[in-house]
Amino acid sequence: MSTASTRSPAPVKRSFTAEASEYVNDRTGLAIAIKGLGRKAFPDHWSFLLGEVALFSFIVILVSGTFLTFFFQASMAEVHYDGSYVPLKGVEMSVAMASTLDISFDIRGGLFVRQMHHWAALLFVAAIGLHMLRVFFTGAFRKPREINWVFGFTLFVLALGEGFTGYSLPDDLLSGNGLRIIDGLVKGIPLIGTWTSFLLFGGEFPGTVIVGRLYALHILLLPALLVALIGIHVVYVFIHKHTQFAGPGREPTNSVGPPILPIYAAKAGGFMFIIWGVISLIAALFTINPIWNYGPYDPSPVSAGTQPDWYIGFADGALRLIPPGWEFVLFDRTWSFNILVPLVVIGIFLLLVVAYPFIEAWVKGDTREHHIADRPRNAPTRTAIGAAGVTFYAALWAAASSDILATHFSLTMEGVIYALQAITVLGPFIAYFITKRVCIALQKKDREVVLHGYESGRIVKLPGGEFIEVHQPLDEYDRWRLVSYESYQPLMLRPNARGKITIGQRVRASLSRWFFEDRIAPVTQGELEASHSAHH
Amino acid sequence: MAQDDHSGAELAAADSSHAAPEFAGSTGTAVVPYDAFENPGFEPHRPRVTDQDPRREKRAQRTVYTLFYLSVLGSVWAVAAYMLFPMESNNVDAVRLNNMFIGFGATLALLGIGFGAVHWGKSLMTSAESIDTRHPISTSEATQRGAVEVFRQADEESGFSRRTVIRNSLIGALLAFPLPAVVLFRGFAPQDELPVELLSHTMWKKGTRLALDPSGVAIKASDVTIGSAFHVIPEGLTDLEHGKLEEKAKAAVLLMRLEPDELNQTPERESWSYEGIVAYSKICTHVGCPVALYEQHTHHLLCPCHQSQFDVANHCKVIFGPAKRPLPQLPIAVDDEGYLIAQSDFTEPVGPSFWERN
Repeated sequence: MSTASTRSPAPVKRSFTAEASEYVNDRTGLAIAIKGLGRKAFPDHWSFLLGEVALFSFIVILVSGTFLTFFFQASMAEVHYDGSYVPLKGVEMSVAMASTLDISFDIRGGLFVRQMHHWAALLFVAAIGLHMLRVFFTGAFRKPREINWVFGFTLFVLALGEGFTGYSLPDDLLSGNGLRIIDGLVKGIPLIGTWTSFLLFGGEFPGTVIVGRLYALHILLLPALLVALIGIHVVYVFIHKHTQFAGPGREPTNSVGPPILPIYAAKAGGFMFIIWGVISLIAALFTINPIWNYGPYDPSPVSAGTQPDWYIGFADGALRLIPPGWEFVLFDRTWSFNILVPLVVIGIFLLLVVAYPFIEAWVKGDTREHHIADRPRNAPTRTAIGAAGVTFYAALWAAASSDILATHFSLTMEGVIYALQAITVLGPFIAYFITKRVCIALQKKDREVVLHGYESGRIVKLPGGEFIEVHQPLDEYDRWRLVSYESYQPLMLRPNARGKITIGQRVRASLSRWFFEDRIAPVTQGELEASHSAHH
Repeated sequence: MAQDDHSGAELAAADSSHAAPEFAGSTGTAVVPYDAFENPGFEPHRPRVTDQDPRREKRAQRTVYTLFYLSVLGSVWAVAAYMLFPMESNNVDAVRLNNMFIGFGATLALLGIGFGAVHWGKSLMTSAESIDTRHPISTSEATQRGAVEVFRQADEESGFSRRTVIRNSLIGALLAFPLPAVVLFRGFAPQDELPVELLSHTMWKKGTRLALDPSGVAIKASDVTIGSAFHVIPEGLTDLEHGKLEEKAKAAVLLMRLEPDELNQTPERESWSYEGIVAYSKICTHVGCPVALYEQHTHHLLCPCHQSQFDVANHCKVIFGPAKRPLPQLPIAVDDEGYLIAQSDFTEPVGPSFWERN
């Protein structure tokens, strides 16, 4: 007896979909996944799309990149170019460069795919960065999502690695200079630098192997890691269920939004095609990385005003901001602090980014799960720290264009560098204080609106001749959006069970004081009633 | 009552009454007010215009299928553009047209699907929201204890903690076995070469003529007029069979002629120049970019990568930017035929600093 006949008393006519899904399910048991996930609620907010932008642009990168591998040849053997691009005919260049030119000039649609690949890569890193900022500023890294933050951070680093290795493949003048800078950086690392560079380049810079090695990383190792980690990252989004902003009916214990099938699928699937379409439009209209203008790599020429891809800018900028003379000979060895300091500072910065969720959790001592996204203003210190970090990053990033800034705005090269040095050091503090005050002011405004209503724009003249603007009380739904958050208070130092105050506790208490000594509590029912009775 | 009382080591759990009990955990220093507002529950559902007005619904439906048909049109157009805009004419404009029109077709194909699907989802699909219940991410206590028990049992049965000699020898073996794989990476660079050795020498030697980059034509001292700057390579570099770029990456030189009285030369280097003609390594001492920009009035060299500036009049010492060391000077002279030649190799390694340098 067949399973089908035992299971259902054979309806007269069964749809193809029903038959097909039963066929598949009898062999895979996948129905459990559809039933479990198909109607899952997916909370809606524009900022939740940033991670999707990253995911969708990554798909473009995978597909377009695969197409490119069919034509690109990662060899540094010297050839005389014999393709369609007349100005470079007969010029000696590597096979890598020549095959990249062939993709651009001799394969129909090849330039389009190449430009999609490059633009999508730029968008990929940008979307990851913005997505991280969204997660940071809404506190979506709190328990239980700390580990997924680490996965996401690792993805960001891998994306930078993919970007840089890909940028270096065409072996043109710009990418060669980029590699030259990497070579110089690596050589500046104490103890292991010289040998590391020597092994990386297979001998002296530039050597004849680096493109092939970077290619293996670019199309094999890094993508494998990326795909695996993206998989884990997204699976955990499902397991944790997405965060949601506070709103009527939204509780820490539920997740509210359109069901995956059909509305979310239509919107997110449609959004995927829109992202692809936008990348396609940019690739159709805007040239990216015109290697034919730069020519093949040669260690001698370089053009002024060259820029790395945007996401490498902050590292390049950090190198530029070091004042003269930060290199010493000690113990008969060369210590290149002009290279070490940028490396270490950027390393510490990245370490703080990845460690932040754990630091905040430790300071708060809060071990509950958090599924309601914070409004940035309701976590003033965190938001201010984020603003300081963004300012620091932005200053380094701007420094990568110091020469362009100087020429475009007719400033001196030195003046721009001095200003950016000042911004790198002082800017984060200024941004911190301004942001924190703005957040607290916004919180106060929220309290004001809850307690006394919003300005209705209606001016009324009282019998006594006085003009007032009528304040309209909020309805309970809008009020809930403004009051449903928690504030934290500074930790009080107390001796532990053995009567001691540990150093850890002191640090924690002072961090806690820093985080929470200025706090604005949400309006409570009692306060609202009190304010009403005061009015009447 | 906001609570003010926290113990130092272990934080007292705040009254987490209104949070769901299954999410209980320590609230830490969170303040949970006792008379917080209650969640008012969901707002009443507001129908969309397409739910109420059949004509708007019809129109939305038309919009959606029009977008999908436009997408088909885009795909067809992209295929047609592939054929209609060939680029085998060695003409850059043809490449541009090919790129643009294939791209426009693909864009229309993708955006048609995208906007169509989103519009369908937003205006026509039933808009009720799903509500899922969240469960704590952690498993039940029993499962967790079960997992711990599995480890304990495995430990007991294997004797992993008990038989310490076996365990430690295993750890030792596990630490040692990747070492051969690490050593294999030595093969990343040639066995018979040492980096410090290579970095310390360039192609320049006594008598090598200075030649123009990239033509390789030797330069006569009389060709170098005051104020001019030449990009220079050693003569013979262009004829190298192997390692041309590696040699050039070390040997590239900038040649400049200043008024001799503008040069502030140290006594020991006075013989390194010739009638105001000086030659300096072109490879930046910061991270190795070519220092290619020469400002004639100020005699300053600028590295375009990180803006280090070097003063040619003062032995190329650093006057701005992250570089520390002056550009190494190539001692030059003139041979019998009037060509500029090197007196020797550079007297120090050129290019970026490295650990063993000095």
